[in-house]
Amino acid sequence: MNRELGTNSLRNGPDERGRFGLFGGRFVAETLMPLILELEAAYKDAKADPAFIEELEYLGKHYTGRPSPLYFAERLTEELGGAKVYFKRDELNHTGSHKINNCLGQILLARRMGKTRIIAETGAGQHGVATATVCARFGLPCVVYMGATDIERQAPNVFRMKLLGAEVIPVEAGHGTLKDAMNEALRDWVTNVDSTYYLIGTAAGPHPYPEMVRDFQSVIGTEAREQILEAEDRLPDMVVACVGGGSNAIGLFHPFLDDSEVQIVGVEAGGKGLEGDEHCASLSAGKPGVLHGNRTYLLQDADGQILEGHSISAGLDYPGIGPEHSWLRDTGRVDYVPITDTEALDAFQALTRLEGIIPALEPAHALAEVIKRAPQMDKDQIIIMNLCGRGDKDVFTVGKHLGVEL
Amino acid sequence: MTDRMDKRFAALKKQGRPALVTYIMGGDPDMETSQAILDGLPEAGADIIELGMPFSDPMADGPAIQLAGHRSLKAGTTLRKVLGMVRAFREKDQDTPIVLMGYYNPIYIYGVEAFVRDALEVGIDAVIVVDLPAEEDAELCVPALRAGLSIIRLVPPTAVNDKRLPVVLRNTSGFVYYVSMTGITGAALTDTETVAKSVSRIKGHTALPVCVGFGIKTSEDAEAIGRTADGVVVGTAIVREVEKNLDENGKGSDRTVTAVHDLIRTLSAGVKRARS
Repeated sequence: MNRELGTNSLRNGPDERGRFGLFGGRFVAETLMPLILELEAAYKDAKADPAFIEELEYLGKHYTGRPSPLYFAERLTEELGGAKVYFKRDELNHTGSHKINNCLGQILLARRMGKTRIIAETGAGQHGVATATVCARFGLPCVVYMGATDIERQAPNVFRMKLLGAEVIPVEAGHGTLKDAMNEALRDWVTNVDSTYYLIGTAAGPHPYPEMVRDFQSVIGTEAREQILEAEDRLPDMVVACVGGGSNAIGLFHPFLDDSEVQIVGVEAGGKGLEGDEHCASLSAGKPGVLHGNRTYLLQDADGQILEGHSISAGLDYPGIGPEHSWLRDTGRVDYVPITDTEALDAFQALTRLEGIIPALEPAHALAEVIKRAPQMDKDQIIIMNLCGRGDKDVFTVGKHLGVEL
Repeated sequence: MTDRMDKRFAALKKQGRPALVTYIMGGDPDMETSQAILDGLPEAGADIIELGMPFSDPMADGPAIQLAGHRSLKAGTTLRKVLGMVRAFREKDQDTPIVLMGYYNPIYIYGVEAFVRDALEVGIDAVIVVDLPAEEDAELCVPALRAGLSIIRLVPPTAVNDKRLPVVLRNTSGFVYYVSMTGITGAALTDTETVAKSVSRIKGHTALPVCVGFGIKTSEDAEAIGRTADGVVVGTAIVREVEKNLDENGKGSDRTVTAVHDLIRTLSAGVKRARS
């Protein structure tokens, strides 16, 4: 599965300090430091333990439903009239998104570490649902912090979490979105360090989270690489994924980083456009700063205060990004581009009608970029897009934007 | 290297009492009121001043200090303006040590080199940065110490062991700030006996004074903790006093300033009783 990595490989990071070049690190309160060091050691140990890997693969196969299909979107391809478009169907996973890949890995780790209580933050609720799911599966109490605004716009997921036995705590601070939920989860963690495992949902936060989450999500890219070789006997010309914190994207991208013939595109939430502050395009419009345990590109003002941002998609509504993406941006290996709310909504509807797949609003951003790029490519070229979540949770939001009362 | 901190602790040692360390949020509820509060702190009984730099995402703070930061930012406070408060304060007071406290990002964006230079220039003695653990010393701690600006470290109960203490206390000066519990600012006080034991363990690893904070709200708390600690830090209780004494529009006034100073007086009486 793992190819040999050379010293020039782009897949070697992070270094022993948790850095991807300038980015990453461990910017946390001292209270959390011993715990983070313990987590790093536990993860290193688990990674090298065949029993851990075996259990994770078993659960991936029989609980999540892996491998997810690599689906050739024939009608969409025809409609766009250019490159062949394939979807990595991680929306078919148990719980409806890629989030479960990471949650299973981390819950097994939390058990190894003897932790008895799980906390998580969630934006769209996909990670909250996946966390509540694995907590139910392993019989651990689960507390999910969620911004009050997000609770309102993701009501079905909130109820789902409650059904699964999780306690959902609304966070009123700030705009009541993912950033605020993460602050509150960190406050809980710092208060309950002994008993509690913080199951971070994206490839961000203090080291070793960005590395660990990436590793658990890399199953997406590893499978996609094998599947496209099987289907087309060659690598794709382009891989595309949406980036909020960036876990589905790094999961797809990482196994392709050293394949220089594969162009890699990350799609940020352009919200209402990059001219004002109502977007979440931290890589396109932010600058490096330190938040939530890592240095990365952030939306911030001249005084270093973090901005709230905006996206129609709760899952992309975060003013930062995983540190490895910041590094991949600066090295130029990955192109990061913004897509607006409106473009994402159009893509959402197009996919629904053309392929009978209702995507989540997050991958609808990636799709909008595919819709722009595919027609400009040759018919024998190939794009793989990560369809990382299904859209059931978003039908109310979309209805509202289309002026339909549900 | 500024020597205000050492001098202050030496003087207090002579008096045989612990220091009262008072935290206020810079610019809360507005710059004018905050400056008036700051300027009157020494006279009200503060021996050392912690001045908060507001941050949009105060991950280690409870609701009271979160709200204070929010009020301050809403009133237009910036790091540069907080430095300006100290400059104005120093026109009248050359002796009271001032510790800036906050999160790293505003400093990082200001520029570490410029920050260290300007902090020393306006008369700041030390800095506490909540989200810079020893593992990230190269960021700010090392350049600050080299320039003569002290770095004070928060030491939580989880660090009070022979393995972690040497790591945490390396590259630190001024005093050691023992956080009496794991958690965020504004929570309940742990029992004083446990605190005393931890203070004595920390003292086994450093010659620096050890101040204790988190959860100290009343004159009696200050007295009890002050029996064993070299200093008692009060933050949330003071910030709440600001909050309680805003007018109906949420604005500060003379009443706000007086109320805060009155609270400091009772806390000061507490530390003075501690060893008598």
